[in-house]
Amino acid sequence: MKIHEYQAKDILAKYGVAVPHGEVANTLDEALEVARRLFSGGAKGVVVKAQIHAGGRGKGGGVKVAKTIDEAQLYAEQILGMQLVTHQTGPLGQKVQRLLIEETAAIDRELYLGIVLDRAAAKLVFMASQAGGMEIEEVAAKDPKAIYKAYIDPGVGFQAYQARELAFALGLKPAQIADAVKFMMGIYRAYIETDASLLEINPFITTKDDKLFALDCKINFDDNAMFRHKDLKELRDVAEEDPLEVEASKFALNYIKLDGNIACMVNGAGLAMATMDIIQYAGGMPANFLDVGGGANQQQIEHAFEILLSDKGVQAVFINIFGGILRVDTLAQGVVAAAIKTKVKVPIVLRLEGTNVEEGRKILKDSGLNFVVGNTMKDAADKVVAAAKGAA
Amino acid sequence: MAVLVDKNTRLIVQGITGREGTFHAKGCAEYGTKVVGGVTPGKGGTTHEGWPVFDTVHEAVDKTGANATVIFVPPPFAADAILEANDAGVPLIICITEGIPINDMVKVWSVLKHSTSRLIGPNCPGVISPGKAKIGIMPGRIHKEGSIGIVSRSGTLTYEAVYQLTQRGIGQSTAIGIGGDPIVGTTHVDALKLLNEDPGTEAIILIGEIGGTAEETAAEYVKQHVKKPVVGFIAGQTAPPGRRMGHAGAIISGGQGTAAEKMKALKAAGIHVVETPAAIGETVARVVGKA
Ligand SMILES: Nc1ncnc2c1ncn2[C@@H]1O[C@H](COP(=O)(O)OP(=O)(O)OP(=O)(O)O)[C@@H](O)[C@H]1O
Ligand SMILES: [Mg+2]
Repeated sequence: MKIHEYQAKDILAKYGVAVPHGEVANTLDEALEVARRLFSGGAKGVVVKAQIHAGGRGKGGGVKVAKTIDEAQLYAEQILGMQLVTHQTGPLGQKVQRLLIEETAAIDRELYLGIVLDRAAAKLVFMASQAGGMEIEEVAAKDPKAIYKAYIDPGVGFQAYQARELAFALGLKPAQIADAVKFMMGIYRAYIETDASLLEINPFITTKDDKLFALDCKINFDDNAMFRHKDLKELRDVAEEDPLEVEASKFALNYIKLDGNIACMVNGAGLAMATMDIIQYAGGMPANFLDVGGGANQQQIEHAFEILLSDKGVQAVFINIFGGILRVDTLAQGVVAAAIKTKVKVPIVLRLEGTNVEEGRKILKDSGLNFVVGNTMKDAADKVVAAAKGAA
Repeated sequence: MAVLVDKNTRLIVQGITGREGTFHAKGCAEYGTKVVGGVTPGKGGTTHEGWPVFDTVHEAVDKTGANATVIFVPPPFAADAILEANDAGVPLIICITEGIPINDMVKVWSVLKHSTSRLIGPNCPGVISPGKAKIGIMPGRIHKEGSIGIVSRSGTLTYEAVYQLTQRGIGQSTAIGIGGDPIVGTTHVDALKLLNEDPGTEAIILIGEIGGTAEETAAEYVKQHVKKPVVGFIAGQTAPPGRRMGHAGAIISGGQGTAAEKMKALKAAGIHVVETPAAIGETVARVVGKA
């Protein structure tokens, strides 16, 4: 689960990590109110920051520094409501519905800190780099040595000496080391205690008067651990997510909207990806990724079907099920019920194998509805691509 | 021959009294696996579907002589169940549970990597040696005894490959579902090593997916050590970058772990890479001369 920068900074503050003064604003009026308050509190300037669930906002024009209240108003007007395109949003961009207005910091150096899982080592790794700021991705790709790493033993956790080593590697001044250790320990604790899957501070800055701040923070939570964090669940902002994906998540369906016109329903993530692959191989474009999971029941199949069809771009449906736990007759019942309920107009191609496949095929046949059956994955893919072309 | 599971396997089921545990304990037993009991804390001393139930894994192992366990415990308790099985010294631990918090698995692995127990999974379909025994949730009847070994991160995609083989009359030695999570107890390389050293395995199918670098490492291993023919497929060639496709592992980060890179690495290692999953069966048939 992703959260906004302002929410991530609230979490950091709870762990004693210094962040600039600032507040979230949902409207222009609120933005101005926060800006006025910061200026009258002595701020030399304020930063107007788009709050979307993607990085690269600065480069895309979603982060602007205002020296006066008039400038703040101008920038807030520009950014709030804009369709912000960054390298992480896709070409359509993301609509900005919230702003973070915060005090400008007198930046001396822009550094980088991050914690993630290193899959190969099966350990968390604490990363630091002198090349913080908006170019970190290029730096990491070109010069991996510019990223310092400390691997964390899960038994004892991140240690002070590791934080010190990173702090010295960053070239921090002696006067900053103790603070930096506290800072890093704080973000490590935040990572562990929130069951994060990513925590990144870019930039982590030093100021001219030797202070340290987190100017930006991205936190993702491990969805599998949300059962033990009821409070964090409330930080979810569904306005940032695709409405169909939100709908799917209500029924524990793993759905991702894509740009093509062939909807697919598959059990298992690997087979679902392979199904998308074979659709493209046959000359079509998948409209979505949908894994209904191993143990789906009839209701879930019905909901899945409705979600697929509410995508207006869909011109054919490909159902590819290899029944292991999910029985093919259960699936067939769900598909028939949903097809009747939604009065489906587009062609449906099914490829069914596995547990109770004969019963499943009989249910489809007896329904009197017009289903096309593919004998193999390849055959079904060819048929669904042809059907989608016929409909276009 | 086969690896990991066979006629000598004596299996206990952790979570045997649950819905999933019961269903699949029966499925394994029906396939011919010797299921010798189960563990559900608090239900020790009772019997369930004819099997003795124990409170702890230690006790279950003592009383039944089990040498393998399969875990059907819900995600919040699954890491604990793996550690308990390890502490009881069960040589083979297969964890089917999907959705274990990753930080739990980091801890589990820090213990298991020093252990003599082998963990398979989590988030996997299990292991089957057709005609001998199965531990897991795969549909047994699509399999056929034979000499093709399979290693895969994805459950249903493994079934797909197995089915294509069986339809061509080609049997399998052992199919190992290693699981789709970012941290798994047995990696592609570990599984390849087992199948490579198994005299009953004549050729190997390697099924991977986008994310991580495990397939690249596996390719390197094949290049150095494997003389048997290997057929490879990578799922997710058309997945849009940066989007999550279900398995926590299936994330492309910074160009690393894309399908194109993985396929290139497999080809460079002399693996017969197929572009679509539909071509797995025919390609195996060709390389083992049964086309
Ligand atoms: N409070 C602040 N005071 C001064 N400068 C700031 C402040 N907040 C952000 N900046 C400047 O704006 C740049 C971009 O902001 P920020 O890092 O928050 O967004 P981003 O571009 O989305 O980040 P990323 O590229 O890491 O995804 C920073 O690198 C920094 O130079
Ligand atoms: Mg940033």
